[in-house]
Amino acid sequence: MIDWSWVADHLGVLAFRVLQHLELTAIAVGAGFVISFGLAIWSVRRRAVYPPIAALAGILYTIPSLAMFAALISVTGFSVLTAEIPLILYTLVILIRNIVAGFDGVPAEVVEAARGMGYTSWGRLWRVELPLAVPLIIAGLRLASVSTIGLVTITGVISDSFGGLGYFILTGYHLQFATEIYVGAVPSILLAVAVDVAFVRLQARLTPWAATRGVAAG
Amino acid sequence: MFADPKVPSSAGRDATGMCAATVEFRHVSKSYDRRDGPAAVDDLTFTVPAGSVCVLVGPSGCGKTTSLKMVNRLIEPTGGQILVDGTDVAGEEVTALRRRIGYVIQQVGLFPHRTVGENVTTVPRLLGWSREQQRERAEELLGLVGLDPARYRDRYPAQLSGGERQRVGVARALAADPPLMLMDEPFAAVDPIVRERLQNEFLRIQAELAKTILFVTHDIDEAIKMGDLVAVMQAGGHLAQFAPPDEILARPASDFVARFVGADRGLKRLSLSRIGALPLHQAVTAVAGEPVGDARQRSLADPFPFLLLIDRAGRPLGWLPDRDVPADGIVDERLAIPASPLLERETTLKDALSMMIAADVQAGIVVDPAGRVLGLLTMEALGAAGRAGAAGRAGAGAALRRAERRPAAARPPAAAP
Repeated sequence: MIDWSWVADHLGVLAFRVLQHLELTAIAVGAGFVISFGLAIWSVRRRAVYPPIAALAGILYTIPSLAMFAALISVTGFSVLTAEIPLILYTLVILIRNIVAGFDGVPAEVVEAARGMGYTSWGRLWRVELPLAVPLIIAGLRLASVSTIGLVTITGVISDSFGGLGYFILTGYHLQFATEIYVGAVPSILLAVAVDVAFVRLQARLTPWAATRGVAAG
Repeated sequence: MFADPKVPSSAGRDATGMCAATVEFRHVSKSYDRRDGPAAVDDLTFTVPAGSVCVLVGPSGCGKTTSLKMVNRLIEPTGGQILVDGTDVAGEEVTALRRRIGYVIQQVGLFPHRTVGENVTTVPRLLGWSREQQRERAEELLGLVGLDPARYRDRYPAQLSGGERQRVGVARALAADPPLMLMDEPFAAVDPIVRERLQNEFLRIQAELAKTILFVTHDIDEAIKMGDLVAVMQAGGHLAQFAPPDEILARPASDFVARFVGADRGLKRLSLSRIGALPLHQAVTAVAGEPVGDARQRSLADPFPFLLLIDRAGRPLGWLPDRDVPADGIVDERLAIPASPLLERETTLKDALSMMIAADVQAGIVVDPAGRVLGLLTMEALGAAGRAGAAGRAGAGAALRRAERRPAAARPPAAAP
């Protein structure tokens, strides 16, 4: 069923597409995280702005990706922005909610103790609340990354110069060539799993205290 | 620190260089527009002298926690002033103010992502102490609260028991040597046995450090035990009475206070008082195994119808009813009835009463640390002490604190030593 010789002949372009896939994902999740983090911090400190921000991010998420790519071509042409803008916008709803939930999940007594000890409000945010929000923030990054890796394949419809592994899926589909579809889909899945595992490792490194939870006191 | 050269606060710093601050509430009020907010406070005025423990006590919703949080400005008053060593806290930079005031809360609020050592040095770190200074301070404080630094310093809060967490919380509050500590129901979340131990350790530490402490509790027994001064508050944030514990118990200022301290306030007063310098009834004694001499005459002349047999070192062996005392010859210790509890000067009157009731006797034998008879504490004397108001006490908090350091003074009832 799989034409292994075709696969062997296309290892070079496969590697290129894997890297492109990672690059498109990294830019989208990175930029999405920066925007989301700013909006989430604003929401945490000024509660009134959170409902409209969350609503807007939610509405953006409902726009069909194909429609958004098509609409953007008339604005940003075939530049990388046409691929990245939708990818970034789709990460916002997941990331903002998770970051805000992370800060909300900091125990009230910890916040009160930090205030009572004389932390400034920014000092408290960075040194006490942010570290404790890390598990939920990383949970958001995992979800956003996995969903973005899936969406990157669709950016192939904009042009052949995008799409990452989606390029193989689309051409395989047009040519009715199953091997090429597998060459696009399987590495895409493996990529998603690898990125997810990487984030789990990162979380363990960032939150050494969490590993000790529940260990009985001596 | 808070020291203001114009304010006579020399009492705040004693010969050993420890510092404490006076705290003054002047017509402090806090009102809320919403009904569901924290409890309001109404025109609170009182002064806590440097180095003393003032307990704010009252039912829930009486504004005691609100009052506490207005001192470090976690809550801002709507009226009046709070002065720490003569300086109005409203004029202080709020983070600087809080770094100078120790703060302990019921749920402790340790930082879960920081080790015990890092938690303890939170305020020193904010104040920019060097790493070396922080490390030394953490060692010192963990030792002070009874946690072995080598074992505990690098643990995370999740690895501690409730009692250990609260100790770390107290150490953290003490880290920058604040002249004032605010403690909001610090021992309410631990079980009664741990609470008792933490209370006693707190009194030991306080005897050493002599900080000014504002302590909130809803437990009147804790208030009486911990406080040099007790502020009883009632719903609406009114100060119902502000006085030393003994006075609260002896002379409740209102029906509310009387009800709040409970029908057993007489017993509570006895628990504040120690046998101490109470006049003891001189026991008529005879040394076992020696000639009885005029013991029978002396015993009959005494209103207490028993002769106390002692050994040659003066330690009690037991009682001999007057009628069994031989007119002459040798006193036989086998006749002695080993009945009365042995009491020490440090025994509280409440414990003494309890032991005497349990042993069903009219008198307890007060002995010195070597176990020699000093005299008898009779039921009559106990009653008189209760009525007169604690003749044996030497300043409630201070006396209690000194005695807390000693093991329980109670001993098993008199038998052959």
